[in-house]
Amino acid sequence: MITEEEVRKVAELANLALGEEEIARLAKDLSGVLAHVDKLNELDTAGVEPMAQVLFDAEDTATLREDRERPCLSNHDALANAPAAGAGYFKVPKVIER
Amino acid sequence: MSHFNSNLAGHTIDSIRAGLLAKKFSAEELAREALAIAEAENPKTNAYLTLAPERALSAAKAVDAKIASGEDPGALAGVPIGVKDVIVTRGLRTTCGSRLLANYVPPYDATAVIRLEQAGGVIIGKTNCDEFAMGSSNENSAFGPVRNPVALDRVPGGSSGGSAAVVAQGTAVLSLGSDTGGSIRQPASFCGVAGVTPTYGRVSRYGLTAFASSLDHIGPFARTVRDSARLLHVIAGRDEMDSTSAFAPVPDYVAALDGNVRGKRLGLPKQFFDGLASETGDLVMRAVDELKKLGCEVVDVDLPHTQYAVACYYVIATAEASSNLARFDGVRYTARSSSAGTLSEMYRLTRGEGFGAECKRRIMLGTYVLSTGYYDAYYLKAQRVRALVARDYARALEQVDAIVGPVSPFPAFKIGELVDDPVAMYLSDIYTITGDLAGIPCMSVPCGKTREGLPVGLQIFTRHFQESEMFRLAEAYERATTS
Repeated sequence: MITEEEVRKVAELANLALGEEEIARLAKDLSGVLAHVDKLNELDTAGVEPMAQVLFDAEDTATLREDRERPCLSNHDALANAPAAGAGYFKVPKVIER
Repeated sequence: MSHFNSNLAGHTIDSIRAGLLAKKFSAEELAREALAIAEAENPKTNAYLTLAPERALSAAKAVDAKIASGEDPGALAGVPIGVKDVIVTRGLRTTCGSRLLANYVPPYDATAVIRLEQAGGVIIGKTNCDEFAMGSSNENSAFGPVRNPVALDRVPGGSSGGSAAVVAQGTAVLSLGSDTGGSIRQPASFCGVAGVTPTYGRVSRYGLTAFASSLDHIGPFARTVRDSARLLHVIAGRDEMDSTSAFAPVPDYVAALDGNVRGKRLGLPKQFFDGLASETGDLVMRAVDELKKLGCEVVDVDLPHTQYAVACYYVIATAEASSNLARFDGVRYTARSSSAGTLSEMYRLTRGEGFGAECKRRIMLGTYVLSTGYYDAYYLKAQRVRALVARDYARALEQVDAIVGPVSPFPAFKIGELVDDPVAMYLSDIYTITGDLAGIPCMSVPCGKTREGLPVGLQIFTRHFQESEMFRLAEAYERATTS
């Protein structure tokens, strides 16, 4: 079971503002999903290597590419979708008070 | 002048190419007609979120110019294509089905998009999907659900519901989708079209908005197996912009479509037939019998960890998602909460107001399983179970050429039917999720309809990079059962 208190703590870690109704709902939903996930404990996985990625045989240098210059996004393009930008930068609310 | 009646359903890559080369129609005429059809038909299904008339017409004109000058117009010349809205398109709005990106206009193209346009493909529009590809019904889109063109009160499946629907509806001939836990094959089966999840790494994900990076794939939808094979051939292959893309050469998939499947050994996993809707099971078994008639040998195979796949997937996929979705923070992309005073409030409110319920649920679950004290118990445990699932498939595929079974335990359900029960919704992915966990190629090919007229798909899995075998079987079955 996940308590509403735990939901609040995880929401803080995830940078998610949640309403009271959402918190109650998530406590119920996550408890349900985690009860299903507990099924994994039926399996003895001692000695099984964790599979973090699908890997295939490849040469040692397979993920390396030639180091050469090429055009990158322009400052204009990179900022084009920003909700607030100015002087070539992303703008955010003030972090440090003067 | 109309070449396509009220939709594009009668057309394939080959028929369009033949029409263009015989000057029956130009690519521009075709594109105009496809756009008009999409505009007229889309309100029925909500499958397109954005139409792309300028881009489509300019691509079509380029095809016409090539034909006029005697150049090869490309493998997908003039073919109208829909692209799932989690795949970025330069200058063309890409929402990921999310309020957060409602006005996001990407500054670059995904590699798969570049490749299909270089091959003469004509992108008609961007297709609706579950928010950030999270869902099994397309009900999690911020821009409304997609209705299944086969039965408008039902879901098209998800998360690539729009991409399946545009092909089924005949508002595109091909489409691109993405698959992290069944998001191509399940909607393909629900809408009665072919849908392919290639080997992990076969298609570059550069420009695919990341959901769960160790599981994400881009793959094709088409009305025929042949067209799905042609589209995969165009988009597959190493891309230096995606270090996980494979170096393995891309074979000529169409050359494998010889209809000869005599002596192929097919494995039938008994675990895939527990708890299956009976009509679905009957239709799948009928398809297996058809393959037997074509000379395949069918044996039982054991995939003992199937029942753990959904639990394993929802730990790994949500953990990766919680990390990948951290970038939507109100700084670089379109949305920012207007009520934030401080930086930390801006992050929290932007994300709280912007993400839909399913994304929040998954971000929360993923953050929880990665948090201090739970990492080993959940995340590492799930990665170990993933290795066991992958081993099941590797062992079974040592004995057989392909594994065959259902795609989904049941056909398309009604809109709203499963929306309040996340666990039931997640369990509907049980037969597709394993393919993503193992990273092997798999596809759904239509294998008939229920008495209510709802399509059912046959799923085919093969060894890593053995897409040719998968296409050969699917096309032999399709050939034997249609026309």
